[in-house]
Amino acid sequence: MSPKTYELTHLRNLESEAIHIMREVAAQLERPVLLFSGGKDSIVLLRLAEKAFRPARFPFPLMHVDTGHNFPEVIEYRDRRVSELGERLIVASVQESIDGGRVAEESGPRASRNRLQTVTLLDAIEEHDFDAAIGGARRDEEKARAKERVFSFRDDFGQWDPKAQRPELWSLYNGRIRKGEHVRVFPLSNWTELDVWQYIEEERLEVPSIYFAHRREVFRRDGMLLAVSPYVQLMDGEERFDASVRYRTVGDMSCTGGVESDAATLESVVAEIAATRITERGETRADDRVTEAAMEDRKKEGYF
Amino acid sequence: MPGASTNGHARALKSDPRDHRAGQLRLAIVGSVDDGKSTLIGRLLFDSKQIFQDQLEHVEETSRRRGDGYVNLALLTDGLRAEREQGITIDVAHRYFATPRRRFVIADTPGHIQYTRNMVTGASTADVAVILIDARKGVVEQTRRHAYITSLVGVRHLVVCVNKMDLVGYDEAAYEAVAADFRETATKLDIPDITLIPVSALNGDNVVDRSQNMPWYEGPPLLYHLEHVHVASDRNLHDIRFPVQYVIRPMSDEHHDYRGYAGQLASGVLRQGDEVVVLPAGLRTRVKTLDTYDGELAEAFPPQSVTVLLDDDLDVSRGDMLVGAGDQPQTARRLEATICWMIEQPLVARGRYVVRHTTREVRAIVDEVVHKVDMYSLGPDADASQLGLNDIGVVRLRLSGPLVVDDYRRNRETGSFIVIDEATNATVGAGMITGADN
Repeated sequence: MSPKTYELTHLRNLESEAIHIMREVAAQLERPVLLFSGGKDSIVLLRLAEKAFRPARFPFPLMHVDTGHNFPEVIEYRDRRVSELGERLIVASVQESIDGGRVAEESGPRASRNRLQTVTLLDAIEEHDFDAAIGGARRDEEKARAKERVFSFRDDFGQWDPKAQRPELWSLYNGRIRKGEHVRVFPLSNWTELDVWQYIEEERLEVPSIYFAHRREVFRRDGMLLAVSPYVQLMDGEERFDASVRYRTVGDMSCTGGVESDAATLESVVAEIAATRITERGETRADDRVTEAAMEDRKKEGYF
Repeated sequence: MPGASTNGHARALKSDPRDHRAGQLRLAIVGSVDDGKSTLIGRLLFDSKQIFQDQLEHVEETSRRRGDGYVNLALLTDGLRAEREQGITIDVAHRYFATPRRRFVIADTPGHIQYTRNMVTGASTADVAVILIDARKGVVEQTRRHAYITSLVGVRHLVVCVNKMDLVGYDEAAYEAVAADFRETATKLDIPDITLIPVSALNGDNVVDRSQNMPWYEGPPLLYHLEHVHVASDRNLHDIRFPVQYVIRPMSDEHHDYRGYAGQLASGVLRQGDEVVVLPAGLRTRVKTLDTYDGELAEAFPPQSVTVLLDDDLDVSRGDMLVGAGDQPQTARRLEATICWMIEQPLVARGRYVVRHTTREVRAIVDEVVHKVDMYSLGPDADASQLGLNDIGVVRLRLSGPLVVDDYRRNRETGSFIVIDEATNATVGAGMITGADN
């Protein structure tokens, strides 16, 4: 920041925009919630919430949709971070949705709880009467997301209608809804993966250890390195081996692939991300590979 | 895209995208597939190495499957299934890329007349607009419409890419004819900075790399121009405008008396100790502290988000505006504004809506539709009594309560509003204030 030209760096521009969006949610909606998974994007959201609302407490609780198949390192980090902040965490459990008969567990070696999360999320939004859910999704992640609004309207069924989105002009956000409807709000809409990492570096934010290179037992499937865990069955011909990996995204152990890496520090992770030629979802998320419009379809149903 | 798979020829960019001291430029690229817009964006992303390998492979494979005959980069930008099926861009899409000098946000905006509202939306936040002209066709009605909307929405910098120069033999005279024609059109516009560049998006001439085919062109390629265009002075740093967005009251023992007014500075430079007026009430006080999570600031400037603590204990809440004591805006109950209408059901006299302006909402009644802009001649049609979908026109509004406004041409943040239908809660119009009265 140079005091003479009154110009912000691009990260501080993005930060200010996101703070503005957070405060707009708090002012326009009555019962917001912030979705916190322990992943890097939602870690940035928490810092932005501190910047938006401190020295007061957050005007919303945090919520994690817990599939039960998470990396244990991430859950440990989640709980520590929440207690540092002194904020309230709601855990919405996919396991409980399964036990309660709301959803049926997929079976087979490619079974994933990814899609089931949508039901748990929508049920939790209804149960707690939330009218806004703040999430860490970014437009650069996926092409259906490139069209998503910052304030993204969801109908009574939690559905997204990409062809009937509210136009978003200047920095004027329309959060008006009727009872039963809600908005998803994405303060990081204009951030890229690299921006997120650079911000984490600038702000010296702690992230779960799985984002750094570590040795782990893995197996290769669809060109990705999946962790050996109780949540995924090996198929014929798949062999387990030891590798130095780190994760670019944090999802379920069953569908999140690691990348081979020796980057053990924040600085070296940022350097790797800056040099990469493959998108984060293309490299690490089996859930987006199902069809060309996999994300669009899941989003219409009410996915994050 | 022919040439897309070659990586032999020298790239101008030795980019280290980690350099984030650079500022940000918001860009609206306007046009239709026919103009080569998607190819141009694809070329910018590809030549600046911002398309990822898996994205490119995916687009190549899909193009082959569809029998497109070339790598159809529109598939990269048209993200919705309906768009891919119909081969059109329906909605504004956002793309991001960075060079060592700047980080860019592209609003990829459809150009057809039935998507005027999307163009207005994409241009509303743009620092620079890029429009494309097909060198074979020259300035057409659509070009004039794009330039008109750019001017209307207050974009201060326009780049006109005269595209498909390869199809006119890279001929200087052909380019000059189009350029002269456009400059003639531009005399009617209010855009202080207009740059014309002859390009071939398909072959990459003058997009990222300087063209070897047009030695007669002495200006910079598109990307160089975008990296260097000076936009910092476009911001209004004179008029202090701080819309109060949210009141921070911790109500804890430690911060018992803390009452901070949080918001994003819309314009002006606000300093500790400044005398400010709280509008619309008109109370005067001083800035005690400019607070942020990272500590106190001596001064704040747009678009910083800060929390203002005041000397006096006043009744200030969301929707109020702190303004400089010297340069005050208009407190208005009547507005004249240019509106772009965004839904099928027309705007008519006596229509009732909600207007959201900065952080304040009021109800509004349409007193009069003054005129509609004929989107073909771009002249006023005074006989029109309503605005339909994608129409632009001037209306007079009466408000249920005061708004603190500036003329849009002086201040984009405090001169703009959206119109909301109270029955559906949909955003139905975008307004730019041209006049205000109490």
